[in-house]
Amino acid sequence: MKFVDEFRDPEKARFLLEEIRVLVPQIRNARNGASGRSSTSPIYIMEVCGGHTHAIFRYGVETMLPDGIELIHGPGCPVCVLPMGRVDDCVALAHMPGMIFTTFGDAMRVPGSKESLLQAKANGADVRMVYSPLDSLRIAQDNPDRQVVFFALGFETTMPSTAFTVLRAKAEGVKNFSLFCNHITIIPTIKAILDSPDLQLDGFLGPGHVSMVIGNSSYRFIADHYKKPLVIAGFEPLDILHGIWMVLKQIAEGRSEIENQYKRVVPEGGNAPALDAIGKVFELREFFEWRGLGSIDHSGVRIREDYGEFDAERRFSVPALKIADPKSCQCGEVLKGVIKPWDCKVFGRDCTPETPLGALMVSSEGACAAYYQYGDIEKIHNTKALVKEMA
Amino acid sequence: MNSVLEITTNNGRPKRRGKVRVPTITLAHGGGGKAMHDLIDDVFVEAFDSESHAPMEDQARISLAHLAAYGDRLAFTTDSYVVQPLDFPGGNIGKLAICGTINDLAVGGAIPLYLSCAVIIEEGLPVETMRMIARTMAATALEAGVKVVTGDTKVVERGACDKLFINTAGVGVIREGVDLGVDKAKPGDVILVNGLLGDHGAAILNARGDMKLTTPIESDCASLHGLIDALLSAVPNTRFLRDATRGGVATVLNEIADASQVGIEIYEDRTPIRSEVKGFCEILGLDPLYLANEGKIICVVPPEDAETALAALKAHPLGEGAAKIGEVTDHRAGRVVMQTVFGGRRIVDMLVGEQLPRIC
Repeated sequence: MKFVDEFRDPEKARFLLEEIRVLVPQIRNARNGASGRSSTSPIYIMEVCGGHTHAIFRYGVETMLPDGIELIHGPGCPVCVLPMGRVDDCVALAHMPGMIFTTFGDAMRVPGSKESLLQAKANGADVRMVYSPLDSLRIAQDNPDRQVVFFALGFETTMPSTAFTVLRAKAEGVKNFSLFCNHITIIPTIKAILDSPDLQLDGFLGPGHVSMVIGNSSYRFIADHYKKPLVIAGFEPLDILHGIWMVLKQIAEGRSEIENQYKRVVPEGGNAPALDAIGKVFELREFFEWRGLGSIDHSGVRIREDYGEFDAERRFSVPALKIADPKSCQCGEVLKGVIKPWDCKVFGRDCTPETPLGALMVSSEGACAAYYQYGDIEKIHNTKALVKEMA
Repeated sequence: MNSVLEITTNNGRPKRRGKVRVPTITLAHGGGGKAMHDLIDDVFVEAFDSESHAPMEDQARISLAHLAAYGDRLAFTTDSYVVQPLDFPGGNIGKLAICGTINDLAVGGAIPLYLSCAVIIEEGLPVETMRMIARTMAATALEAGVKVVTGDTKVVERGACDKLFINTAGVGVIREGVDLGVDKAKPGDVILVNGLLGDHGAAILNARGDMKLTTPIESDCASLHGLIDALLSAVPNTRFLRDATRGGVATVLNEIADASQVGIEIYEDRTPIRSEVKGFCEILGLDPLYLANEGKIICVVPPEDAETALAALKAHPLGEGAAKIGEVTDHRAGRVVMQTVFGGRRIVDMLVGEQLPRIC
């Protein structure tokens, strides 16, 4: 495939890996006790975005990296961090008489406290999978006597398309369309992770698609205040390796900067029309609940008063119950990189892709689901050894 | 109530055939009365057995001596077809229902001989649609040299099924000396496929029209018994064959690894997938290894026969794109590992449910 195969070239990967192999021991030897880290502890780099996690597993990037560097799979999978109470609200909306509930495909399997949307569909709710909120708006226009709700989900990547859909619905006077808004924003969550006392991160791979919308400047505090390097990276395997190399280079040279590996897509200032549409339609919530991480200030958005008629939470009464994560789940610690998925007590036992307890087992972008593929139950505690063996 | 075509004798009087004179199929056509007989005569007997005027019995009758001439074991299989849309680039549900069941017989080393055809029709289906599908089935069966010898028609209320479901069962005879098995793969064996993977799954998803992509991708739906015959003639000690339908190549490879308790290693850069299918999967966030095929088989052959097997496949029109995609290993029993184009490695596991598109 044109413009894709170029970014999967194994020759270029070998070249980058050699550079990485040189940098890793340099960095570890140099720090020797500095900031409480010994030369034997690994270099931890977090990829914030679920798209990166998916590509890392799909291309086996982790199996190519040398010893001494570990990837922490961060909170950037919007499906994974959705709290159970919100899924219950979706299910309640979907079961309302005459309702057509529309959603992106991978949200179908997320477990609620009683049902997932997939189960709700099997039990008679009219749940339809769409590829864009505009599909949902079209369904509303084709079914004027029914209510149509779109399950709006995702970071700034998907926010603009939702915002434009609301603007169009208003312009065209569509009366039977609304959003159940679960859009979230990544910056406050990165900050919450950086403020966590048990944090051991050395640097970040920044989310490419989010940055395409918001630009580079929002990340400054990470470099300036927390002194951690962040490299915005693309989603092809070569982008990811290149991004890792750029992070390591910064660490080796004692720099902490915001760099952009994904210049072919991410403009410095973001996408002005998209930001404008987001600003028109959405405003920050005081706080939003994340599965595994708890409540984080200003980390979610809701629909502004001006567009209140398109807000499913205003139009319908949803249970809006807070459902605690199962006590045994350690998704939060995994998300912050404090423990590895296979260190969690329920990983691979009570929590599997068929019966996920925790958020990270739900989507293929979730760290636990990705690791689960790497070993059968008996071998689960040797998973890391297996990864190494394959390298 | 069966519409039955006698195949061993033809001693009945010629009988007048009924005609359907309405444009759509209604519950009346499933009622067991004249309307049903008219539908069976006009659509099914017309398509499958227009020459025969044998009386209608409730079963097909097949001479055992006739079967025994082909081999020493009977193969018997059934499959139901519920594809939507009924028509898709490269075929329709009727072609699929014939080819799919033929292939299920052929991958066991059987010569496919007789099929049944049972249809469950949702009221409101145009008669012409049913007629067109029945004719496709008849033409596909004729081309493949198999006979549709018995059948059944049911009509159900709107909403009780989706337009049309078809079940075909098939019998064939396994030739002497052929003994294929999913548990027979041994370390060192070579894994072959007969061509481009994922076309059927991509064509169906695209034909559903959600994405409105313009692609030239067509279903690979085909009867593979000719190809399999060529392969088994060239390499009689082939270990195992399976058509990679639902769940795709990844699922079949996992079934082999599990049943034979071996490891399987495949190479992404040797796995033949057309660039349109790759692009389609990139856009939707799908993995082509899990897409359904309807004209592709996975073959496990001993290493010393690999070149002969590959040449035999390539010499057949349905195997021109054949390739060696990997081998059986003695480590990580039960696991399928893929060497990625990028140089990394990953486990290729069975899917938990169906593939769902990712949001971003």
